[in-house]
Amino acid sequence: MNATSATSASTASFDAAQVWQWLGAVADPEIPVISIVDLGIVRDVQVSAGGSCTVVITPTYSGCPAMQVIADAITDALRGHGVQQIELRNQLSPAWTTDWMSASGKAALRGYGIAPPAQQVVDISGLQRGAAPAGSASRAHAAISRSAPAPQVVCPHCGSSHTALTSQFGSTPCKALYKCLDCHEPFDYFKCH
Amino acid sequence: MDKQITDGRPFDAALARQTFEYLLRLGDNALILSLRLSQLCGKGPAMEEDMALTNVALDLLGQTRLWYSYAGELEGAGRDEDALAFRRDAHEFRNCLLLEQPNGNYADTMVRQFYFDTWHYFLIEGLTRSSDARIAAIAEKSLKEVSYHLRRSGDLIVRLGDGTDFSHARTQAAAEALWMYSGEMFAYDALDQAMVAAAIAPDGAELRSHWLAHVDAIFKEATLTMPPADAWMQSGGKQGRHSEHLGYVLAEMQFLQRAYPGATW
Repeated sequence: MNATSATSASTASFDAAQVWQWLGAVADPEIPVISIVDLGIVRDVQVSAGGSCTVVITPTYSGCPAMQVIADAITDALRGHGVQQIELRNQLSPAWTTDWMSASGKAALRGYGIAPPAQQVVDISGLQRGAAPAGSASRAHAAISRSAPAPQVVCPHCGSSHTALTSQFGSTPCKALYKCLDCHEPFDYFKCH
Repeated sequence: MDKQITDGRPFDAALARQTFEYLLRLGDNALILSLRLSQLCGKGPAMEEDMALTNVALDLLGQTRLWYSYAGELEGAGRDEDALAFRRDAHEFRNCLLLEQPNGNYADTMVRQFYFDTWHYFLIEGLTRSSDARIAAIAEKSLKEVSYHLRRSGDLIVRLGDGTDFSHARTQAAAEALWMYSGEMFAYDALDQAMVAAAIAPDGAELRSHWLAHVDAIFKEATLTMPPADAWMQSGGKQGRHSEHLGYVLAEMQFLQRAYPGATW
């Protein structure tokens, strides 16, 4: 941010809750019906007494090409609300998970024709950190097993759970392609991650 | 970024230099395979495979950027991720020879992917416990992506191996042809050993036993015969001695920055 920013105001005219609300109106560039807050990309917001604002964001996938667009959209939105000093911080850990997606976000996805993540992601964070347990081979196999039960994906068009995987990847890294075996419509599925 | 590479540990210049080299290996592996897969964009054998290859390439490119950015910061010589990707010559690349091998037929592409994904999964899983907090965070971020890659390539190996006589023969041939490039991933040199000693990277022998067990299990299901574990293995990529293939890959990627240094858009 440049040095000409207005810093004369001794107290901010907004607080973190207000910023969260503003960010709740910033749409994800790939899936415009869901906000970056509903998607769980915004991890923290801090507002200093002087009115400078720090926003902590985390990428969905390492190679997510939308991160720069999202960062620009956040800056634009906050500038539009009169925030002069904005700092964006990228945070990798804890890694983003679809568990952070809000219930309203999942409903919006469904209304848009994308099946939301079908289940809670198994919490393996406790096993990833700290000392490796002795039987680490069996732990490893849980994450890469071919016999893991497939998620029960519900068709966003007709509500049938009689669906089948077409492709493990779809139009973006976060989605897979499914088809409904009842209404025969193809649809995107937002993968558990 | 402050110059502190581990939690609460003072900056150690020698260790930072070694970690920089190790990060280049991690980044170069991901970048070169990402480039190979990107060459198949629009040329996949089926629409679903085309999308999968390019999505995996994108994940690997994202991981490359994370490794290179940290490497550039540790080196402290002003090189960013672009400088490391675009302005190093073949002998300065530290990727394993496996990853620069040509795409060949689809069995070649998928066996290369499966050998790498299996190693990558166990490596990244081990790196989530790295004593270097930044490396642990990048590994934690990458682990779910890498697990998904491995589930997919394992599936494909079973489908190709236990498919038609033709697909079985091609997959068995690819498994044998690429086998001699698999050993390098576990052949730890002094740099790898220094990383293990600093608790930054996981042990090579343990990785190898996990790798062999998983490849064996998938090959059995795929009705493929695993080549002998004690076969003669190629080496050199991690030290910058590459096959001729790498130069062509780099020439394609680096052309613009070589022709117009510093060009931006």
